[in-house]
Amino acid sequence: MGVVVKTAGICTTIQDLGRIGYQGSGFSPSGVMDHRACTLANLLVENDPNTCVIEFALIGPTLRFTTNTIIAITGGDFSPLLGGKPVPMYKAIMVHRGSVLSFGAPRTGCYGYISIGGGGLDVPVVMGSCSTNLRCSVGGWHGRKLNVGDYLPFKTPNLDFLANLPSHVIAPDDIYGFGQEQVTLRVVPGPQDDAFTQVGLDTFYGSAFTITNQCDRMGFRIDGPEIETKNGSDIISDGIAFGAVQVPSKGRIIIMLADRQTTGGYAKIGTIASVDIPKLVQRKPGDRIVFQQVSVQEAQDLLRQQARYYSSVAKAVKRLCSGGTSPRRTARRLTPILERQARIAKDEVLWINTEDRDRDRSVPQRKGQ
Amino acid sequence: MADFRITVAGDSALNLEFGQIISAKTSTLIRQAALCLTEDGIEGVTELIPTFCSLMVQYDPLVIGFDELCEALQGKLRNIGATESSVRHIVLIPTCYGGEYGPDMPTVVAHSGLTEQEVIAIHSGHDYLIDMLGFLPGFAYLGGLDPRLHTPRLATPRTLLEAGSVGIGGAQTGVYPLPSPGGWQIIGRTPIKPYDPDRAKPILYAAGEYLRFVPITPAQYKAIERQVAQGTYEYQSITQEG
Repeated sequence: MGVVVKTAGICTTIQDLGRIGYQGSGFSPSGVMDHRACTLANLLVENDPNTCVIEFALIGPTLRFTTNTIIAITGGDFSPLLGGKPVPMYKAIMVHRGSVLSFGAPRTGCYGYISIGGGGLDVPVVMGSCSTNLRCSVGGWHGRKLNVGDYLPFKTPNLDFLANLPSHVIAPDDIYGFGQEQVTLRVVPGPQDDAFTQVGLDTFYGSAFTITNQCDRMGFRIDGPEIETKNGSDIISDGIAFGAVQVPSKGRIIIMLADRQTTGGYAKIGTIASVDIPKLVQRKPGDRIVFQQVSVQEAQDLLRQQARYYSSVAKAVKRLCSGGTSPRRTARRLTPILERQARIAKDEVLWINTEDRDRDRSVPQRKGQ
Repeated sequence: MADFRITVAGDSALNLEFGQIISAKTSTLIRQAALCLTEDGIEGVTELIPTFCSLMVQYDPLVIGFDELCEALQGKLRNIGATESSVRHIVLIPTCYGGEYGPDMPTVVAHSGLTEQEVIAIHSGHDYLIDMLGFLPGFAYLGGLDPRLHTPRLATPRTLLEAGSVGIGGAQTGVYPLPSPGGWQIIGRTPIKPYDPDRAKPILYAAGEYLRFVPITPAQYKAIERQVAQGTYEYQSITQEG
């Protein structure tokens, strides 16, 4: 009971929010490129934000569902189609057994995400995470990109119920600045901003840069004017954070991302504010970006704001009525579903609560005779 | 009294910088700091990455903010010192030197002017301190290779080295935990897996510990390789006072 991969795209992997705790051993954290899209996709289907999702880059996969479930699609817009008909993004949608999810023309962004209700995909947890680490061939689906014919089982074998599905929707995310000629990314200076001259720093914060086509899960290379250093850019290797902006003495700036190496020997002029990394990873080759300096305290305030937004989404999707649906009407709609479930279940245990995935399929409810 | 500088590495990480040059004292301070933060952690700290001169501390700013974390670190690390702990943890790496496992042994022999036996005796006769791990999971940057064994890297790197390859690159020595391209002179190979994601401890050793290469014969190599494959091999380490 899961999903069969009919076409795979070019870099479709299973990821969660990353493998935490092994960077000190040289192990890249992996995880989704766009944490925001992953978090929202999961919240929309009432999953924990760290539940594994399907991430795809530039070309969406084609997936055939072998069981009923509920999914949400977020991130870049690749014209999602269910059974050949357009379906909305940023909304929990019911998918029936046998139906096919595919993607049409890419409209905006680079990375798309598919979350699956009821706790996502049933893949092994390796070193605390389901994320695929392609370089080490571990995690996700056999440590590799998805291929045609792969069959990915779901955590919850059949899920066709979320209380009041229509309220599981949010406005399409407007943080990305799709369609704008140029977007601003906020940068926290350091740890080696003192390796650059004032002229170099002014160039960095005062010029427009262009995304190149040398961009992948490891890092984004960007083109722009040369950044002047005091004595070259070589440093004694130190740790690399998500979004670190490495500036080699000559050549292209590299912004280090999910599959980055854990240590490196180029000076880092700054680190992209965490809330702006989604905006960066959704930029296409040729897009223009500018950098704006913020303090670490400001960047952390932005993260706290984002966390409040996530909590409000988590609450809003569970609202029992939305869009004019009264509790009475909701109850009327639920009754036949529950009755049908009860008929199917016969004397079996009937599962209805999908909120608490840790309590193994949750509250059993015996069919009353 | 430890002297360190805090630098900012974005909104979710900072560096504790203990020095500007690679030295035994700096290295010791970093290990002491990492040990202190591992044994008596600060809530919200998620990762520690020890390197030659600094310790990166990654954290969740929703749990602890930058200013608060700096204060906590200053307090906690005030009393660490550069006195090396007298206890050494040494991980043993059985290594089959030369022959098919060490294709570049003749190069090292020629470059050093020593015999193969001497090269093996020198290389396996020293406990190497792990300064840091990086580049690949479990790739250890080791200090202390005997200058007589220093050998330039290959002019053209090999496109694929077997996992377990033991090599010399300039003044460094080490073991490749995974199949990888590489330019080091390969003098031997270990049948054990420094990195195994399915093991309870996926990476066999940590920064601050020591590696000792133990010479084995090709027959022993095959035997250990079999045990590793069957999951019956017992990894060896020594804890040594002083």
